[in-house]
Amino acid sequence: MFGKLSLSAIPFENPIIMGAVGGSILLAIVTLALITYYRKWTYLWREWLTSLDHKRIGIMYIILAMVMLLRGFSDAILMRSQQALAAGMSHGYLPPGHFDQIFSAHGTIMIVFMAMPFLIGLMNIVVPQQIGARDVAFPFLNSVSLWLTAAGALLVMISLGIGEFSKAGWSGYAPLVERQYSPGTGVDYWIWAFQIAGIGSLMTGINFLVTILRMRAPGMTLMRMPMFVWTTLFTNVLMIFAFPVLTVALALLTFDRYLGMHFFTNTLGGNIMMYVNLFWIWGHPEVYIVILPAFGVFSEVVATFSGKRLFGYRSLVFATAAIMVLSFSVWVHHFFTMGAGPDVNTFFSITTMLIAIPTGVKIFNWLFTMYRGRIRFTTPMYWTLGFLLTFTVGGMAGVLLSVPPADYVLHNSLFLIAHFHTMLIPGSVFGFFAGYCYWFPKALGFPLHENWGKRAFWCWLIGFYLAFAPLYVLGFMGMPRRMEHYVNQAWQPYLVIAAAGTAVILIGILFQMIQLAVSIKQRHATRDLTGDPWDGRTLEWATSSPPAVYNFAKMPVVHDIDAYMDMKEKGIAHEVPDRYRDIHMPKNTAMGLIIGALAGVFGFAMVWYIWWLAILGALVMLLTVIARVSDDDTDYIVPAAEVQQIENRRYRQLSDAMADRSAGGPVTPEPLAEI
Amino acid sequence: MKIKRCFGLIGFGFSALCAAVFLGGCSRIVLFDPKGPIGDAERFVIIAAFVLMLIVVIPVFVMVLWFSLKYRASNIKATYMPKWSYSGKIDLAMWLVPLAIIAVLGCLAWIETHDLDPFKPIKAGVRPISIEVVSLDWKWLFIYPDYDVATVNQLAFPTKVPLSFRITSDTVLTAFFIPQLGSQIYAMAGRQSRLHLMADESGIYAGHNQQFSGSGYADMHFEAIATPRQQFEAWVQKARQSPDQLDLVRYEEIKKPTSGYPVTYFSSVAPGLFDHIIREYLPMSVNSGAMGRDDSGSTHIKTVTLERR
Repeated sequence: MFGKLSLSAIPFENPIIMGAVGGSILLAIVTLALITYYRKWTYLWREWLTSLDHKRIGIMYIILAMVMLLRGFSDAILMRSQQALAAGMSHGYLPPGHFDQIFSAHGTIMIVFMAMPFLIGLMNIVVPQQIGARDVAFPFLNSVSLWLTAAGALLVMISLGIGEFSKAGWSGYAPLVERQYSPGTGVDYWIWAFQIAGIGSLMTGINFLVTILRMRAPGMTLMRMPMFVWTTLFTNVLMIFAFPVLTVALALLTFDRYLGMHFFTNTLGGNIMMYVNLFWIWGHPEVYIVILPAFGVFSEVVATFSGKRLFGYRSLVFATAAIMVLSFSVWVHHFFTMGAGPDVNTFFSITTMLIAIPTGVKIFNWLFTMYRGRIRFTTPMYWTLGFLLTFTVGGMAGVLLSVPPADYVLHNSLFLIAHFHTMLIPGSVFGFFAGYCYWFPKALGFPLHENWGKRAFWCWLIGFYLAFAPLYVLGFMGMPRRMEHYVNQAWQPYLVIAAAGTAVILIGILFQMIQLAVSIKQRHATRDLTGDPWDGRTLEWATSSPPAVYNFAKMPVVHDIDAYMDMKEKGIAHEVPDRYRDIHMPKNTAMGLIIGALAGVFGFAMVWYIWWLAILGALVMLLTVIARVSDDDTDYIVPAAEVQQIENRRYRQLSDAMADRSAGGPVTPEPLAEI
Repeated sequence: MKIKRCFGLIGFGFSALCAAVFLGGCSRIVLFDPKGPIGDAERFVIIAAFVLMLIVVIPVFVMVLWFSLKYRASNIKATYMPKWSYSGKIDLAMWLVPLAIIAVLGCLAWIETHDLDPFKPIKAGVRPISIEVVSLDWKWLFIYPDYDVATVNQLAFPTKVPLSFRITSDTVLTAFFIPQLGSQIYAMAGRQSRLHLMADESGIYAGHNQQFSGSGYADMHFEAIATPRQQFEAWVQKARQSPDQLDLVRYEEIKKPTSGYPVTYFSSVAPGLFDHIIREYLPMSVNSGAMGRDDSGSTHIKTVTLERR
């Protein structure tokens, strides 16, 4: 009836796990209780959970990312404290099986359930507005993507309390992930969480590719698209080409584990290195999937806060395109030590180095955007400068690793860990935080508190260096990654420093929570009435904050890369149109949420071999899809009169804000250009 | 050679810096304290690449600090050109400078990758010692076919003699690595990897598995003992005195997953054990042979002969 599932699957005997489970459940209960107390269930259901509005879906993506960031970061704290303790005779406080689950979960969560949702959230909030569209191409698909990702994240969270998570690393190298070596349910959780979320990401890629290619405002040629739209476009192409490879690799692994096949086994003709190849054919482009959107954010932030056009726009576009293409030709550098011949290794070494060229070009582009600008040091700009300094170091370490003989001694060492964290934390996470601060007022109508944001930034930056600089040294000291304990006591001081760094980052995260709380509390005083709090350059700042459900009452016409700046300079940014038209919008639907929930049920049933439930879940999911596609009543019309009402309110707000400004009242944190 | 010496000098400075910064000194930073020609060459590659990249990295650092200081909004004396967004010269430079560096680095990578190919034997004018390495859950088995002895979790070899390793795994993917001697290489079931190392100095060097392989992974380390020739011969004699013999039955016993397996010597080894271990994983028949790359560097199917010894 319940497959392999029984009460013994719950690790009652492990106080650390039960503590984490108790904490998570308590937090969930408090959240649910608060929602019930404030009678927000209907509001939540109608306005958020069933919403097809890209802005709301984006916000939900980012909430998911932040919750998962906390989970992934807790894993980091556990790992760093374990390694700080477990030197010499000491084995720390985590047994190997548990430690292995923690680093596997940390990697999986941070890439698939933190970085991906964060960047997709930013894409959702910003891209349609930047290209002057009213929604994405497939609003329903967008909701399905969100709930599939959430279902995957939920599976990872469930694995904490019921059964176990994978002990084979986030990359799940064969044959360790095969049933022979990992008989438990952990790898199955990993497979299904990854697989379900991966399908969601693939659909997002298709959705945004079509959105960008087909739904741009009149006049917005490709070469007038904001940089963030470009980087999103390239990311989408990468998603579309890379994710199917992951889907296939995981499917073949599923066949191995569930049906006793031999794609990636040691025996009977299985090929373990085939898995490793397939994984990294997805895995390396994935690195650029999570980093390119952040590059887009930095481009927007640097131009806005330098009060200047982006330097070498064409160069930036071509550099990003080059990165996109090259990212598919470098995957073997993840296993130079496999023993491929020197010709093969050199080929992949040089393709890897080549990526450094366009990346370097981008860095110089941002620097020359600052050159002869008027730089305002806001929180997003802090994140950007922190990125520029730190990312360069990580890039240097990366090029070093791309030289095979150097990789022969540094591969799988803590140097590698330090390298890719130096790429992904300043590269992606700082970018996401910059985007979060930058677009927060747009998405929610009030800005984040600047000072708390800067405090958080300093903690993150200092904590980052404390946590990862020792890891570079440890790599040179010959310490491999993923050590549950170690004999060499010379490593310990560095690991203690690294653990201290994690503590400093934790303070940074606490400051970010305070920042959010303070900002929400002050929201009435700091409300952004202009829609353009930063003196922005691109179209998303032309709408109100937060934008009306349809974003643009009248389609903007674009004449320049910095379309909105161009309008402001010509004095036509806020012209009231002669008349409004009816606007055609998608209706909310619960189907996306239902499909996601069923995917979660299906995944859970597959993990525990509850076949009837898996079949039932898949069947109902299919029926839901059929019901949805046969439904003709999926959209509605916002009548022109209602549009006019909304827009009139917006223009009143705007002129009030202008009047206040000329009277010297502090309405928004940053001065607005002449309108 | 001149360039190499120049880099060596910078490398020395860099190492000295390391020593100064990290109180532990270089002897603990094992990759900067190599004990053999392979590790030495790899240190050179690391330092050379590092120095080359500073050509880009230092200007970036300077520009970030300089531009953000000079063009801060409060400095209204600085030039402000909101419309200026392109300069052909700058654009060209920012493509060409990294390109030039990568061109040099690419040459370095080409030369050194061919030079330091783990499959390439070391030329030292001395007959190399063959050692067969089998990675097990979670221990290392070392077989000395020339001496008919074997050990678990201890590797001994003479200094200044090339070591010719044949490496395989009788479990999941692992990586054989002695940091102070250089290059690691994957050990894969049913396949034979090659690795050539040499120690110039006597000493006991730490060796370990560098590829996570399950719950006993953290204990999967061994001692690599480099001694002058006579002492090595004495070590072999000691192994030969051991009452333990490595036949197939005993092999099955040590193959069982354990961690912290004690150092064990075997005075004799079942003939062809290494090839037998590889063959166990071959899909169809004995004749299909193990996948592997021979010393000439081309990938092809290699037939493992039963009667090799």
